[in-house]
Amino acid sequence: MNKSILILKREYLTRVKKKSFIIMTLLVPIMMAALTILPTYLAMMDDKEERTIAVYDPTSLILDKLGDQGYTKFHYIPEQEYNEVSKNFKSDKYYALLFIPTNILTTNQAELISDKQITFDVKNLVTGRIENIIEAEKRQQVITEIGVPDLEKKLASIKTNIKLNTIKVGEKGQAVKSSTELAMAIGYAAGFLIYMFVFIYGTMVMRGVMEEKSSRIVEVIISSVKPFQLLFGKIVGIGLVGLTQIAIWMILGSAILTGVTAFMGQGSAETAVQAQSIMSGGQAMSQMAAAAPAKENIVLDIIQMAGNLNIPLIIFSLFFYFIGGFLLYASLMGAIGSAVDSDEDAQQMMLPVTMPLIFSIIILFAVAKNPEGPLAFWASMIPLTSPVTMMVRIPYGIPAWQIILSMSLLIATIFGTIWMAGKIYRTGILMYGKKITLKEIAKWLFYKN
Amino acid sequence: MDLFQANNIVKDYAGFLALSSVSISVKEASVFGLLGPNGAGKTTLIRIINQITAPDSGELFFEGRPLKADDIYQIGYLPEERGLYKKMKVGEQALYLAQLKGMSKRDALKSLKYWFEKFEIQAWWGKKVEELSKGMAQKVQFITTVIHQPKLLIFDEPFTGFDPINTNLIKNEILELKKQGTTIIFSTHNMSSVEEICDHIALINQSRKILDGQIDDVKERFKTNTFEVVYRGEAPGMKHHSGIPFKILEHSETSRFNQMKIQLNDGQSNNELLGALMNQFEIVSFKELIPSMNEVFIHVVEESNRENKL
Repeated sequence: MNKSILILKREYLTRVKKKSFIIMTLLVPIMMAALTILPTYLAMMDDKEERTIAVYDPTSLILDKLGDQGYTKFHYIPEQEYNEVSKNFKSDKYYALLFIPTNILTTNQAELISDKQITFDVKNLVTGRIENIIEAEKRQQVITEIGVPDLEKKLASIKTNIKLNTIKVGEKGQAVKSSTELAMAIGYAAGFLIYMFVFIYGTMVMRGVMEEKSSRIVEVIISSVKPFQLLFGKIVGIGLVGLTQIAIWMILGSAILTGVTAFMGQGSAETAVQAQSIMSGGQAMSQMAAAAPAKENIVLDIIQMAGNLNIPLIIFSLFFYFIGGFLLYASLMGAIGSAVDSDEDAQQMMLPVTMPLIFSIIILFAVAKNPEGPLAFWASMIPLTSPVTMMVRIPYGIPAWQIILSMSLLIATIFGTIWMAGKIYRTGILMYGKKITLKEIAKWLFYKN
Repeated sequence: MDLFQANNIVKDYAGFLALSSVSISVKEASVFGLLGPNGAGKTTLIRIINQITAPDSGELFFEGRPLKADDIYQIGYLPEERGLYKKMKVGEQALYLAQLKGMSKRDALKSLKYWFEKFEIQAWWGKKVEELSKGMAQKVQFITTVIHQPKLLIFDEPFTGFDPINTNLIKNEILELKKQGTTIIFSTHNMSSVEEICDHIALINQSRKILDGQIDDVKERFKTNTFEVVYRGEAPGMKHHSGIPFKILEHSETSRFNQMKIQLNDGQSNNELLGALMNQFEIVSFKELIPSMNEVFIHVVEESNRENKL
């Protein structure tokens, strides 16, 4: 046992001290943060340029209704100035010139003139504004035509937004407010995390075993320790490397996010105001106003619903399936690493082993959509797929017996797999220059020591 | 006293018989040569001694009592297939391997310092193994094999990868270790080094031990009563092979001396031979031709292969 710890320490320290590990561990949270923050930041940064658009509107339809939009200002000009400016447009005074033709109500066309390429944002903004105004105008005309009193109000009252509150009946019969979306999000994230972790670190175990075999150090080591101790120390050591990395990611990630949120808080509020002002005008305004309190409700709901999720169970099973899935796959990968001589052979042998893992990712969506279906049930019982699949299901709240059965099956299989891997490993690591077949490996299982 | 003993060891790899009732006993403070052609079963036997694999049947004794798991710390093993972690630093790695052999960190450091100084390789301590040449890595490996002062050392082809100077250095280290009382099992195909180092040998061929004994006894056993005689003058009578107790195998003449290789007939003594020769010519030198280990090896293995085929 003492020797296993020595091995574990080496496996752990050599990997944690590696430059690639340090870089990956520090870089990933920073990159993730950058990926989420940068677009927001850029969106905030974007278009702080003051632009004035000259508007000539002989129809007087939109006159004064455009209003200044953030950094984009509108300036109404008379016909005389329009004639002057339009003849030889130069963007020194105005960024662009907007011309509203008299027949706009029938043609739905207007002109935006500039000597530069109009930016996408400006084009969108102007189009949206004119659309809103013209639409309101047309509606007004229709309403006047039909002559039904209070038609506008009546039409407005038709507008419907349904919010479906999903209620799950708890064990004691009480109604528990649940969120399908929240359960799905947590399930997805957990399932995917386990998949990544098992795959990356399982492969690392395989590479480690192969390195010892191909560098020929393995025989020296197993003359001091039992092959099983070596494999065991390696698996646990590498598992701890993985846990270390994830712990650092979690700490760094949340630290960065907290920091950035605080920093960006003011900015994003500003963006929201800006967005609101862009949307403003007639009906859009009222919609936004209605949406704002609804948004607050969602946040409250999520907090409340998260409280209804069985958080301790989720965290416990996350760790359980994390470690269980890793032990299962790492021992299989270790066995493969011991049996092969070359990378090509390793790829080939890995395929049947990683197949169930990949399968569990393929069915992830189907499981999340129907966590009680037969596919979800069986995939969460079979130990090769259960770490990912069960983790997707657990946030939905599933019967305890299923979790217990799944976990027991996984534990039993881990013991079986480790025993098997140990057998293959002890023969495989000393076998050189032989093309290994599955039949050959099966034979090793029955070698006595 | 025998430090190590193996009795009737049998090992069968799912239908392939690697060792068939092999017994050896290794005397304390001696060098035991374990010889045999490729695939004979030497490595299997060595792995059994190291408890890397277990025999199907047979008994193993260490210091007169049955071999136990802890004895591994009393054994140092330099396998034929050997290597080091390429990305690990030399010193760190040597320390790790010494600790795996049960040394405390402090003892290991002290001991390593001694050996690194002795081999004048202190400068390598912080280097990665991949920066070393093969011979340099072999030196480090030799150190990690002997570092924990085991009672039994097993060297499997220890000289491969060394230049003649370093081969000599390692050879002297092995003899020095023997002088200090370490028992050594030495496996090689290099028969000249066997003659230089070994006290006792066992030869394994096709999973069976076919020869065992003190190296001088073994050579004595395989001598063919052949002599080399250098003489002056003519030996006309002998050319006719009449009335002499020996056969002439080869005959050559130079301007100064004549030389022949002769084989004594069965049942004749050396003195009779000398007497017969003295009558013929003036003897310059007379030497019995003892077979080299190389000849013994080839002779015995070929004979055993012939028998196995029948």
